[in-house]
Amino acid sequence: MKKLLLALLLVPACALATGGEMRLDRANIDRHDAISIQRGAGVFVNYCLTCHSAASMRYNRLMDLGLTEQQIRDNLIHNKATKVGDVMLSPMSRKDAKAAFGVEPPDMSVIARAKGVDYLYTYMRGFYKDTTRATGWNNVAFPGVGMPHVLAPLQGTQVLKVESTESEGHKSEHAKLVLETPGGLSPMEYDRLVRDLVNYLAFMAEPDAVHQARTGVVVLLFLVLLLALTWSLKASYWKDVH
Amino acid sequence: MGTLKALLGWIDDRFPVTANWKAHLSEYYAPKNFNFWYYFGSLALLVLVMQIVTGIFLTMHYKPDATQAFASVEYIMRDVPWGSVIRYMHSTGASMFFIVVYLHMFRGLMYGSYRKPRELLWLVGMLIYLCLMAEAFFGYLLPWGQMSYWGAQVIVNLFAAVPWVGPDLALWIRGDYVVSDATLNRFFAFHVIAVPLVLLGLVGAHLLALHEVGSNNPDGIEIKKKKDPKTGIPLDGIAFHPYYVVKDLFGVVVFLIVFSAIVFFAPEMGGYFLEHNNFLPADPLKTPPHIAPVWYFTPYYSILRAVPPLFDSQFPGVVAMGASVMIFFLLPWLDRGKVRSIRYRGAHFKTALALFVVAFLVLGYLGTVPTNQWGQFGAWLGHAEVATVVARLFTVVYFAFFILMPWYTSIDKTKPEPERVTS
Repeated sequence: MKKLLLALLLVPACALATGGEMRLDRANIDRHDAISIQRGAGVFVNYCLTCHSAASMRYNRLMDLGLTEQQIRDNLIHNKATKVGDVMLSPMSRKDAKAAFGVEPPDMSVIARAKGVDYLYTYMRGFYKDTTRATGWNNVAFPGVGMPHVLAPLQGTQVLKVESTESEGHKSEHAKLVLETPGGLSPMEYDRLVRDLVNYLAFMAEPDAVHQARTGVVVLLFLVLLLALTWSLKASYWKDVH
Repeated sequence: MGTLKALLGWIDDRFPVTANWKAHLSEYYAPKNFNFWYYFGSLALLVLVMQIVTGIFLTMHYKPDATQAFASVEYIMRDVPWGSVIRYMHSTGASMFFIVVYLHMFRGLMYGSYRKPRELLWLVGMLIYLCLMAEAFFGYLLPWGQMSYWGAQVIVNLFAAVPWVGPDLALWIRGDYVVSDATLNRFFAFHVIAVPLVLLGLVGAHLLALHEVGSNNPDGIEIKKKKDPKTGIPLDGIAFHPYYVVKDLFGVVVFLIVFSAIVFFAPEMGGYFLEHNNFLPADPLKTPPHIAPVWYFTPYYSILRAVPPLFDSQFPGVVAMGASVMIFFLLPWLDRGKVRSIRYRGAHFKTALALFVVAFLVLGYLGTVPTNQWGQFGAWLGHAEVATVVARLFTVVYFAFFILMPWYTSIDKTKPEPERVTS
């Protein structure tokens, strides 16, 4: 029951109707969790990279996560012509992609900074069956989305059910996602996989962030020392100003 | 030591090093009662230098080309050693420049630093502010994100609202029918050389004007009126070097702590310094639902949106926005107060200034959000948007501060100024 509840995504029907801002689920990513980011990198190269490039991201940047060049070559680079210092390019040509989806799949390099991790987390868990769409899929976070649900074999198939609830004579309608056919992963496992993927996307968007924060601590410590020095310098010069 | 002194003498015979050092530093006498608000002038100079130095390094790697610009910024962020720090210093520096300059200007308002004989000092300062706005506007297009692109589109289109020549004028500025590679290239030229050259010249003029008339102070009285009869040095003056050099050094470190905290830990500042939508590459075919300028332009953007169109023309809004900036130029002649400093002004001026600050901040906030942010009024007000009505109200307050100034400053009940500066 708990698993089922976790898999349910409660979305106010009005938000769907207007396409306005919806409540996003929290991704709760951890930028220091290298293992999670590594798993996310695996999901990214196996599923997303088929259509989406990350043209600013070099494979060997993953060494920041503790991987060796050999590990990257063996596990994450599928095209043997690709070098470890190359950027992540999708094998699909822009023309083919446009023909297949109507829009060019956007580059993923900095998508986490543009959309926010909570949005991506909600989006990747928000696909549902919709026969009115050309791909057969729609999304609660992105109504009318052009992308099919690539992770459906893992998550299974969700449908959107509208529920009427009545409390204190006030009638309200809620649309919620219900798992119709289970996939290869349990809802909890799927949520973890999406979280790993989003964690990776956040890392890829700003690979320097963690290192930068460490530098920042050193810089601030130095400045605090300098603050004490400059204060005493000022105080000693200003002694004779009355 | 003897050789060094001889060398200095040799140079002094040919170039006035010592004379300039004395005139502008060691024998420039500033009032001894500067408070917190007097740090922001030297800090503005610091940020200017920082922007130029980080800008030079960014120029070495950035590509002003519509197909490469966005990716080249990410290249700087990832593949250039220390590139992300240099880029964040520059992007944070842009916002901090405005924070520092706004506080510097507010200091001028509080202590009447624009009053006679400092009118030209104020005018040159205002020109610097205009240059800074141009510099920020041109620079914001360069990352070639969605907000860069559509922000530039909106601002250039303001010129299209000018009657008769508008569309041609906008076309001339863009160099194309839409914002494009041609626009990016010319904005790059303006951002990295044209405007900075003017800016540097104006900053030099600002300092020369300051050192000619002397610094104002929190009491708003002239220290030059009371001089030591023997030395001719103002009794309340102290040499800029070393006193204010060491004091400003302390201020610089405090500033750098705040600055570094942003650069290293929160360079986006929650979307205010680096907008989220600007991490999407510019797409001429996809207009974002909400186009907002960066925070430092939002008070003026609010005024633009608040003024209703006239005969289907947005021109009144454009004029109001232009006027809201240009009206600062008139300040020295609008103020009829008997005293300069807020310390000795009466309730009228204090109230007016407080209302002005509130108006500036509220307009600034409203400019960052869509006009439907606060919902609508009921039928009794024709379902008008709350945020728009509030913006109109504060636009009136904003202009009233200036337009009514000759009246409320002249009838204000002021206190007598002291003979000498107080601490």
